[in-house]
Amino acid sequence: MDYLDALESKSICVIREAYQKFKGRTGMLWSVGKDSTTLLCLVRKAFFGKIPFPVIHIDTGYKFPEMYEFRDRLAKEWGFEVIVARNEEQLACGMGPDQGAKLDCCTELKTNALKQLIDREGFQAILLGIRRDEHGIRAKERYFSPRDSQFQWDYEHQPAELWDQYNSFLNESEHYRVHPILHFTELDIWRYIQREKLPLVDLYLSRQGHRYRSIGCVPCCSPVASPAASIEEIIEELQLTTESERAGRAQDKENLYTMQKLRSLGYM
Amino acid sequence: MRPFPIVITGHVDHGKSTLIGRLLYDTGALQADRLAEMRQSSQDAGKASEFAFVLDAFEEERARGITIDTSQIYFTSARRPYVIIDAPGHREFIRNMLTGASYADAAVLMVDAVEGICPQTRRHAKLLALVGIKDICVLINKLDQAGYDRARYLEVAAQVRDLFAEFSGTPFAIIPISALTGENVASRAREGGLSWYYGPCFLEALDAIDTPAIEERPFRFAVQDVYQHEDGAVLVGKVDSGRLATGDQVAVWPAGAAARVRAIAKYPAPDVGAASYGDAVGLFLDLDRVPARGEVVAGEPAPETVSLFGATIFWFADCYVSGRPVVIRCATQAVAGRIELLKVYDPAAPDEELDPESLNIGEMARCRIRTDAPLVIDPFASVPELGRFVIECDGVPAGAGIVA
Repeated sequence: MDYLDALESKSICVIREAYQKFKGRTGMLWSVGKDSTTLLCLVRKAFFGKIPFPVIHIDTGYKFPEMYEFRDRLAKEWGFEVIVARNEEQLACGMGPDQGAKLDCCTELKTNALKQLIDREGFQAILLGIRRDEHGIRAKERYFSPRDSQFQWDYEHQPAELWDQYNSFLNESEHYRVHPILHFTELDIWRYIQREKLPLVDLYLSRQGHRYRSIGCVPCCSPVASPAASIEEIIEELQLTTESERAGRAQDKENLYTMQKLRSLGYM
Repeated sequence: MRPFPIVITGHVDHGKSTLIGRLLYDTGALQADRLAEMRQSSQDAGKASEFAFVLDAFEEERARGITIDTSQIYFTSARRPYVIIDAPGHREFIRNMLTGASYADAAVLMVDAVEGICPQTRRHAKLLALVGIKDICVLINKLDQAGYDRARYLEVAAQVRDLFAEFSGTPFAIIPISALTGENVASRAREGGLSWYYGPCFLEALDAIDTPAIEERPFRFAVQDVYQHEDGAVLVGKVDSGRLATGDQVAVWPAGAAARVRAIAKYPAPDVGAASYGDAVGLFLDLDRVPARGEVVAGEPAPETVSLFGATIFWFADCYVSGRPVVIRCATQAVAGRIELLKVYDPAAPDEELDPESLNIGEMARCRIRTDAPLVIDPFASVPELGRFVIECDGVPAGAGIVA
């Protein structure tokens, strides 16, 4: 078994374990980016071509137009249903990235939009495409990570997780964040996308000397200078770079511990 | 290429996180913005460059100067890529250390040259041996603070060998270093205080550890779930041990019913023909009943089916009182049971025998486990995946063990 097969098998086992434990109370977040699109492909493989639970897109209203277009196209092609979650109340009040701190905007339009959806639909497990190599805080995540009703991540008391035994004991109004691709690196993701010929938003590919390495909301993402216009070229580029992937993401920069605060408040 | 997973262990404050930060820094593996973040956070904390902050990313960890939770970081040497797993050194975070160690193929044990062997040095060494890690590289750190004293290095190295002899182990290497100055970390310190040492530096020793070969073991596949497929019931799971081919004769335990493998599915392929260790596949069997989660599809020699077995266990939660009900989780099996403690000891003070009626955090025990339903197991040495288990108390993982 080669390396990508081993990564894939591990992810598929985690996905199946979540579904075995939480069945119809499972959902997955799809940001339309490369990582959660990879996760979507793995879910499809785990269930022999079907996606047995809802695919949730948290829409801040500030995403790239290309992302909305890609979302609707892939959902149609692969035949799955997308639940769009928006914090309408805050959007109506004009919440946005230029309204004060980034922390507040992410919290309202992403975290709280998800919170409202979980309350409404009763999800007990949410699959997410985060990876350990993205950020020092994400490097400390478990595959199954419990969150309380306030969405708090009690990172000082994370349960032990060994030998593929995942904690799934649920206290009242808790839910689990499940991270099936935690062990993939950025380079692994690109190699996997290349091998599986996955469809992708073309914002990742260079146009006029720039491309996005990480995508999210338009005002908070900056492109990086890069000539890489194909997946092969991206893989080559990543083997040489010393810049980190999230260097273009504003929410990581505002304050040293913004990411920890966001995650402990329930950010994805 | 698969990154080689290695866990960094040792007593609190013996320099584990600093070592990793230093190694990444000296080999140019630190990404520019992570380096800048480390410098900024060090400055905010009123310190010179604090290499430990690369991994100790939680605000609390930096403020208290300790590692709370295990972390992983990628690194590539001239020979191969690594996943370096940092583990906390405090006894109260021992479950996080074990979580980190469970991912590793090899380990580093850090020992402070000034303090020598401490309680968590002993506990970690024995836990590593318990979970089956054979290659352990020992680093005697902070030689700069010990006056670069060769005699002190030799003295601590002798203590280390004695400790390893307690579980019939031998360290892969014992290297004098200073994680703070970088001496003997990524390159040999030919000049200065450690010039009396002629052996390999840490990075060279790391590169010299061979990836453990996947041994030929009997076939085992614990059923994770069963899906209804248009071609009948498909048993999903991963190959826990050995290999399998379409057409093979197998048995489904604990009943031991014989069956033939009709197909090995891996979407989009309806039959891939063969599967090996670690493969997540779906099995179609010729069998008149549909097995359930927790049953084990196995080849020869057959596993054991037991409801009473001997084990060595390690406890990482609050106090356990003998006789309290537990759940034993082994592969995808989960059965209720009770632990009969035979001998309780602290791996950090193995000569003292403790009260056999209770278990506290960080303690180990020889015991017998009685289960309410049959459990399919193997000795740990022959099939690790079915020879190890997690013990749950009130739904929370509280201990781990291996089948004796």
